[in-house]
Amino acid sequence: MTVSDKGTKPSRRAFLKGAAAAGGTLAGAGAAHAAGDPVITELQPWMQQLGDGVDVAPYGKPSEYESHVKRRTVEWLTADPVSSINFTPLHELDGIITPNGLCFERHHAGTAHIDPAKHRLMINGLVDTPLVFTMADLLRFPRENHVYFLECAANSGMEWRGAQLNGCQFTHGMIHNVMYTGVKLRHLLEEAGVKTSGKWVMPEGADAAAMTRSIPMEKALDDCLVAWKMNGEALRPEQGYPLRLVVPGWEGNMWVKWLRRIEVGDEPWHHREETSKYTDLLADGTARRFTWEMDAKSVITNPSPQAPILHGKGPTVLTGLAWSGRGTIPRVDVTIDGGKNWHAARMSGPSLDKSMHRFYFEFDWDGGELLLQSRAHDSTGYVQPTKNELRDYRGTNSIYHNNGIQTWYVNKNGEAENVEVS
Amino acid sequence: MSKFLNVLTASAVAVSVLATPAMAENLGLGRAATPDEIAAWDIDIRPDGQGLPEGSGSVMDGEVLYTEKCSVCHGVFGEAVGRWPVLAGGDGSLSDDRPVKTVGSYWPYLSTVWDYVHRAMPFGDAQSLSNDEVYAITAYLMYLNYLVEDDFVLSKENFLEVRLPNEDNFFMDDRADGELVAFAKPEICMSDCKDSVEITARAAIIDVTPEDADARKARAARLGMDVSESEGAASAGEDDATQEAAASAPAESGEPALDMALVAEGERVFKKCAACHQVGEGAKDRVGPVLNGVIGAPFGHVDGFRYSKGLLEMADEGMVWTEDNMAEFLRKPRDYIKRTKMSFAGLRKDEEIAAVIEYLKSFSE
Repeated sequence: MTVSDKGTKPSRRAFLKGAAAAGGTLAGAGAAHAAGDPVITELQPWMQQLGDGVDVAPYGKPSEYESHVKRRTVEWLTADPVSSINFTPLHELDGIITPNGLCFERHHAGTAHIDPAKHRLMINGLVDTPLVFTMADLLRFPRENHVYFLECAANSGMEWRGAQLNGCQFTHGMIHNVMYTGVKLRHLLEEAGVKTSGKWVMPEGADAAAMTRSIPMEKALDDCLVAWKMNGEALRPEQGYPLRLVVPGWEGNMWVKWLRRIEVGDEPWHHREETSKYTDLLADGTARRFTWEMDAKSVITNPSPQAPILHGKGPTVLTGLAWSGRGTIPRVDVTIDGGKNWHAARMSGPSLDKSMHRFYFEFDWDGGELLLQSRAHDSTGYVQPTKNELRDYRGTNSIYHNNGIQTWYVNKNGEAENVEVS
Repeated sequence: MSKFLNVLTASAVAVSVLATPAMAENLGLGRAATPDEIAAWDIDIRPDGQGLPEGSGSVMDGEVLYTEKCSVCHGVFGEAVGRWPVLAGGDGSLSDDRPVKTVGSYWPYLSTVWDYVHRAMPFGDAQSLSNDEVYAITAYLMYLNYLVEDDFVLSKENFLEVRLPNEDNFFMDDRADGELVAFAKPEICMSDCKDSVEITARAAIIDVTPEDADARKARAARLGMDVSESEGAASAGEDDATQEAAASAPAESGEPALDMALVAEGERVFKKCAACHQVGEGAKDRVGPVLNGVIGAPFGHVDGFRYSKGLLEMADEGMVWTEDNMAEFLRKPRDYIKRTKMSFAGLRKDEEIAAVIEYLKSFSE
């Protein structure tokens, strides 16, 4: 099929014109009654009766009308629900910050529940003095605040062989973006005194998976954080309470949760999560190791399969997220005709290093079929590739690091589907 | 080699420079770790043998241990049950359409096997294996991958003599030399970039997307449909099941009260079972059948689950699960039901058995 770009020029004039037209033709929702909209003309319970007192919910929750906004899993992906994954509902969110309760979960031995009074952080190996810190000790180091995205290396991993899951929650939801508060790992390493032979660090989790990864000293001393807060409050248990490692821009598996130990060594450890897993198998049977950085990527979150266009033709807001493990996102291009013509999206909100960025593209939908794509440019000049460009380098067995351009097909009813295009 | 390693070499200098002035800024926080503390946590093993403890284990011993502790998920021959990791086979499959990545076909280092089994296995009972047991299981995994004969004994002494076949097929991330150059496009087409666009793949064709009641409700609400109506229509099956469950629930007054402390303890013990069994609301059959209402139910009560022949024979005799026979089964599953599919070795402690039964009773239907 082909898609016409006619009548969908995204100029501001066209947008306003479309809006004016819509005002005349679209009966506003709920305003169809001749006597007026009953939610206005009739007294509603909340207008008359008293609401909840202040302490009904000492820790506030979202409105009951938002119960569909939640993490979701894909059961067939993993053997059991303990060593498993669920996904952030990106299509329900806006701005750049992910609410704590919606940050996707990935555990290898379930969520550990750890009493912070019984939690310790040890630094040992090639250091002058192996040290043990309590949580109280850590609070006495100088703190920093940074917003970073955390993306699982397997995000979009189910899409290597072709369009598979219908919804950006499932295709792109192994990501979240929060503000961390913590101490630079550098301060802790310096407190112990790294020996000159120390070239690598190995964080280790306190849960039953005892997750370990090898991280080069350069990164450890650069921008890694040992964090205990996310979005201002304590880490959620499923995000590693009371302590996690933050490895900005690098694959999520390295951000060890329930962090209990950092070992300094002269060689990498080649542990399970950096050999059997999180290595990228190429078409010829060889495999890349230590593919740490997350390449620039973007996705349109609305419209998308879980968030169809319901208002008919006229003014339409397209929005999405973009990020890069190598810097910021100065530019995102959007197409509504499958890549024939591209338009510069409008970036909105803070542009922070290794953080999600929000983009918008407002257009006047003519009610015809659409093929939506977004294309991120990062601050290094890297441009998000198409899925086929990526397959030329990787084949289809890599599992990890799939940052190819996503396509949503939107039909005349406004329903969206995950597709790939030529 | 990649640019990154060059950077690393350079950073070695940086580290030494930084470490010196930093000493002056030390805050004196934390305390020195004791040797015992370090020994307790520093259990990691490296390919060069660093960290390997004294000890040894044979393929023969490994077979017994593996069958008892590992085969329930990984299969008797390392072929895996369900979606648990395959551990053996897959030789020469790495460039196939469906590669099978196992210890023998993919893993580069044997030390990784030792380290991982020791730190994280068996699933739900981590760090319960002795060093000799880890050597034995590692040796058995080599045997399952045709890397050694059945009389092989792995030890600290001969560990470094072992090389896994795929070690040389890993290389350092080289994106910087290829993709990063190719995908940096200062000039990129913005208009009239192609003549036509065809859809080449569609998710709807192989739709495996989960949809839950909340998602249906949200969709209905967006479409302006009556939410209660649409939900009823969309999930009638669920509603029927709920009503049926409610109708068949025993009257609460007639039920003996549960010991909630024991239930809580049983929930903890049940983690050993949770690799294969689910219980509670929304529980489904996995490797093992769903266990809701199992106490008091006839043998083989879950429709559609493929029970062992041994269990079905007992079901034909009209056997019903009681607290007593469940305790006997959980103590030594293979003794109680001949040829049971449940390869779990059994719970050793009577307290654990009592607790897990109490826990199961809390999910009566």
